[in-house]
Amino acid sequence: MAQARGDRVQRWLVGGPPSAFLVVFFLVPALIMVIASFRYPGEFGGLAPLLPAAPGEEAGLTTENYRVFFGERIYFEIFLKSFGVAALTTLVCLAMAYPLALLIARSPKRHRDLMVLLCVLPFASNFLVRVYAWMIMLGPFDLLFSKFAVLAAMVYVHLPFMILPLYTNLEKHDSTLLDAAQDLGANGWQRFWRVTFPLSLPGVFAGSALVFIPVLGMFAIPEILGGIGDWLVGNMIKESFLGVRDWPFGSMLSLMLTVCVLAIAGSAAWLARGGVARA
Amino acid sequence: MPLLEIRNVSRRFGALTAVDRVSLSVEPGEFFTLLGPSGCGKTTLLRMIAGFDLPDAGAIVLDGRDMADTPPEKRPIHTVFQSYALFPHMTVAQNVAFPLKMAAAPAEEIAGRMKEALAQVHLDEKGGQYPHELSGGQKQRVALARALVNRPRLLLLDEPLGALDAKLRVEMQIELIALQRDVGITFVFVTHAQPEALALSHRIAVMNAGRIEQLDEPSRLYGFPKNRFVADFIGKCNMLAAAVIDAGSTGLRLSAKGLGELAAPAVEGVRAGETGVFAIRPEQVRIQAPDAPLELENHFAGKVHDFLYVGEVTTYVVELANGLRVEALLANSAPGRARFFDVGEPVRVAWRRDAGVFLRD
Repeated sequence: MAQARGDRVQRWLVGGPPSAFLVVFFLVPALIMVIASFRYPGEFGGLAPLLPAAPGEEAGLTTENYRVFFGERIYFEIFLKSFGVAALTTLVCLAMAYPLALLIARSPKRHRDLMVLLCVLPFASNFLVRVYAWMIMLGPFDLLFSKFAVLAAMVYVHLPFMILPLYTNLEKHDSTLLDAAQDLGANGWQRFWRVTFPLSLPGVFAGSALVFIPVLGMFAIPEILGGIGDWLVGNMIKESFLGVRDWPFGSMLSLMLTVCVLAIAGSAAWLARGGVARA
Repeated sequence: MPLLEIRNVSRRFGALTAVDRVSLSVEPGEFFTLLGPSGCGKTTLLRMIAGFDLPDAGAIVLDGRDMADTPPEKRPIHTVFQSYALFPHMTVAQNVAFPLKMAAAPAEEIAGRMKEALAQVHLDEKGGQYPHELSGGQKQRVALARALVNRPRLLLLDEPLGALDAKLRVEMQIELIALQRDVGITFVFVTHAQPEALALSHRIAVMNAGRIEQLDEPSRLYGFPKNRFVADFIGKCNMLAAAVIDAGSTGLRLSAKGLGELAAPAVEGVRAGETGVFAIRPEQVRIQAPDAPLELENHFAGKVHDFLYVGEVTTYVVELANGLRVEALLANSAPGRARFFDVGEPVRVAWRRDAGVFLRD
């Protein structure tokens, strides 16, 4: 009994502080954001008071933000475009990262750590500096402020997030499975498609989530490298808070983005559950 | 014509010669075993037969065709891997159907042959399960069904029973023999476990340091080992250093160091004056009380050093006059079995003149 209680105390000591941190700095702000999305904007930013200070002043709660969001096509279109860019970035990252991850995973063990290190080396310099570096690179080719510039930088910034989970998965594959497949008559392509790829699906899903979700919220790259037509949800949210200073509208957009991401991640997990559980 | 011919095959890894000028042939329908300690080259040889590795010299010939330019996926040879290597993301049925799919068999044929193969290994009910839901023995059977389903010319088995516990291993041995007889496919089996090799094989090649020490039927390997390595590796053997005094057509007269003379069966080509060891199996050595009548020619006095009672037999370790310890096996069911011998008790060990074998140095 005393032993069990000791274990419980220990568990709380270890798990308590991080849980408390998450509650205070993640859950509470998220709830504040939900409530904020139903309020009026303050005169100079911030939120309007809940109780009217003077008669006729906007105060209290409202669903106006949601009416605007669902009422006007432009928001639907910009969400759709953002998801399109995120999906395209994810696909390009996957297509580029898979061969690289496979190459690293099948290299001699003593070379692998160095190769992984090279993949994450860009993180050693600041993200914004690297985006500005793209400006310098793309400028002379007249490619700046275009869809291509946005996509190229999106892929560049997020590629390591695709490589790492894929490599971690592929590196654990049992090479005798490939020997067995070959022994039983499978050629190179069949060995990849029937054995390596299905077994790597958990890595594909993890990497895709790590690329897709941050791209959706990204505003710096479209702002620096894109034209005005290349704005994404992230830019709208940022503009709501820092530009037009409509906090409630920005909160509503953030919340809708979160809901969409959760819906997509949820259905992807539901679709993939069979495959992931088995691997 | 032999099904498989290994002609003078060598394989070197740097300074190490893993397989050293090995030649052998396997007949159709045979259960052939490569037996040897780890590192003897048996697995390297198996990988070369499967096509995962190529010989540095020599040829591997299947059905009269040199396999040098045929990659593993094109060879009519399948392997049962030690780790089973079942595809974890496929059901048992999908695993077994895999080679048929790779051979682009028509769908209705795949279903039929997959069911047939599963029935052969008594797993009819398990088709829908995943490998991680099966026991070790069941995984083993799936691996067998998968390797046999499109009827290869040759089945290679790489220590397939190594991961099973002792009791299951014996069950699987019996099943393997029955399965091989039923399907009529030639098996080449690799193992380091000599009881397994003796129980399963039609013929065994005993390998050591990349070479074949002896290739023979199990009973001949056990009864007439050609050299010390084989005698020592296959079963237990007492070894007495001896020199040949006289080599006649009826038998040899040997002088065992510190013991005296003894009679042994004739060995072709052995002449007087040669030295070597006299090897005799514990079950050929009789242990008796010192005052019991002497019926056998070869007999030496000693005392019981130790014994091991395991139920059906008792193994006695008898220390002889020259300090050498000899093991003698006494069946506990033997007629006239009157008593046990105790540690320290003087006894006599004896054996027939036609038992044992003289091995030259």
